Amino acid sequence: MSRIEGVLKALKGQGRKALIPYITAGDPHPDLTVDLMHTLVSAGADIIELGVPFSDPMADGPVIQQACERALVHGTSLRQVLGMVKTFREKDNATPVVLMGYLNPMEAMGQEKFADAAVEAGVDGILTVDLPPEEADEVAPLFTARNLDAIFLLAPTTTDDRIRAISEHSSGYVYYVSFKGVTGAGKIDVDEVASKVSHIHELTALPVGVGFGIRDAETAAAVGRVSDGVIVGSVLVDTIARNQADPDQLKRALSDLLHPMREALDSLAS
Amino acid sequence: MKLTEEMLKALPDARGHFGAYGGRFVSETLFDSLMTLEREYKRLKDDPEFQAEFDRDLAHYVGRPSPLYFAERLSRETGGAQIWLKREDLNHTGAHKVNNTIGQALLASFLGKKRVIAETGAGQHGVATATVCARLGLECHVFMGAEDVKRQSLNVYRMKLLGAEVHSVQSGTRTLKDAMNDAMRDWVANVDDTFYIIGTVAGPHPYPLLVRDFQSVIGRETREQSLAQAGKLPDALVACVGGGSNAIGMFYPFLTDESVEMYGVEAGGLGIETGKHAAPLSAGRPGVLHGNRTYLMEDENGQIAGTHSVSAGLDYPGVGPEHSWLKDIGRAHYVSVTDDEALDGFRKLTRVEGIMPALETAHAVAYAIKLAATMDKDQVVVINVSGRGDKDIHTIAQLDGIEV
Repeated sequence: MSRIEGVLKALKGQGRKALIPYITAGDPHPDLTVDLMHTLVSAGADIIELGVPFSDPMADGPVIQQACERALVHGTSLRQVLGMVKTFREKDNATPVVLMGYLNPMEAMGQEKFADAAVEAGVDGILTVDLPPEEADEVAPLFTARNLDAIFLLAPTTTDDRIRAISEHSSGYVYYVSFKGVTGAGKIDVDEVASKVSHIHELTALPVGVGFGIRDAETAAAVGRVSDGVIVGSVLVDTIARNQADPDQLKRALSDLLHPMREALDSLAS
Repeated sequence: MKLTEEMLKALPDARGHFGAYGGRFVSETLFDSLMTLEREYKRLKDDPEFQAEFDRDLAHYVGRPSPLYFAERLSRETGGAQIWLKREDLNHTGAHKVNNTIGQALLASFLGKKRVIAETGAGQHGVATATVCARLGLECHVFMGAEDVKRQSLNVYRMKLLGAEVHSVQSGTRTLKDAMNDAMRDWVANVDDTFYIIGTVAGPHPYPLLVRDFQSVIGRETREQSLAQAGKLPDALVACVGGGSNAIGMFYPFLTDESVEMYGVEAGGLGIETGKHAAPLSAGRPGVLHGNRTYLMEDENGQIAGTHSVSAGLDYPGVGPEHSWLKDIGRAHYVSVTDDEALDGFRKLTRVEGIMPALETAHAVAYAIKLAATMDKDQVVVINVSGRGDKDIHTIAQLDGIEV
């Protein structure tokens, strides 16, 4: 059983929902990322999605675009991001880490080399935004062989046939993108998400995490009620941007944002 | 490798691959739209009504066929092969781009989409898109890098006159690649009612296929015209390559003609050795950007590199996947010329033939002159004059230190 599967199974056993925060590695500075990851865990994170900065983040809105630019100013490379996970693992061997990013930096390193290095660093899952399962036939076996979870996206536009096919290629969880748009834009329609997620649950046994548009405890609870976990990204990254000058204040601000979400999710526990 | 009709028909394959290149590397939200577009295009491609309308528009709205012109004086001064010019600059809107926008806008209408988006570099594709949208009464949004908005202000104003909204893109390097990023972002958010008219043979499948099909009219005409006017097939074709739409349009109908050599001319900028250029086929390596696998300019960590070219339309770090394939199998040659050489090409064609080419096209002119000089008098070189140079007059004047 992978670390991700283990955590999600344990939560399910307790009737709890997963809180999955996203931050971009290297933002605001590479030296801070590991610290911020520990902060997220202390504030209640069950799994961390760690963004690998890319020069052309096509699926991201301005908030995460700027996070990538801040990280790239300091030359944050995929190799360095793996180093951060390795350092994180020195103090935390329990919290799963999913690398989320775009294909090109991974290809540039070499897929096999990357898969080896990811395992060695203690990464648990890979989510490649611009890699649909149709194009993953060379990469996916490399991940499977190393017990790395391949996490794919589902969208409001995904047909039933594709939901089935994508789920078959996925392990750990599937990530449901709550609306049509880039990260940090748009407004989540909880009723629509509820009906789509319950439909996805009919088509796959995998846990369903929902991301895009979750900005506060209230939405987290509403989405948590109908899914297995919530993914929170842009609002955290925006907080990082606004507090980048003062690391202590930044950590407090992240905690203050995440804590109420944790509590709201746990208040759902039956 | 000798290419046959059968081999060409099999490409791209069902997943949109040309050999190792192409594909559909997009976020999940767009996948269904791409599948629908592919399905509908396959259907309409063989639909007589669709084809008749496309052909009619090319004839009466674009003004096709464009002439194949023997540049006698340029040939004489060069002292080698005969240089012929395929005059895409004479098309309505002044460039080859309109061949494709006519086709895609027609697709948009057949699919019932009322809103159109496009990316543009030099502004030629933006103008060509705004033009067809004006004609069909479609809402038009053009994404253009802030740098390009500055250096191509004339085209920005043209688009506005045509009723398009021009979005100045402030992210990344503020050029064509960033314009394409923002167009993709807009598309994800408005996928239900929006048709994305991509201007080049890059992007996710089926775009490289449909843009190539719409632009192939260039090569088909050239083939007939060359046989009729020069009495033979061309010995060499020369076209500039940014994303590569005018080049593939010229090359494609000749791919099985073994005697026809093909030269795609990339932007060498300040020189390949300086790193300040836009020549992924000459100096890049395969990677994934904007929905397809292709040759890219990138750093050792897989971040897309900034590009430089005097011509906004070539200032792009990627290239159409079919070109990547043609390079690998050795069917086409990809070369580069510098900014300075291109400017010389611009001046030469202007002064010797009275034809002012776009700075993009000037790259092809510069290389063709070098090439023709090494060939015999009975040989034929055809340059695809992909666009006219009016839009670049400010840039040229600035380089000359003149205010216009």
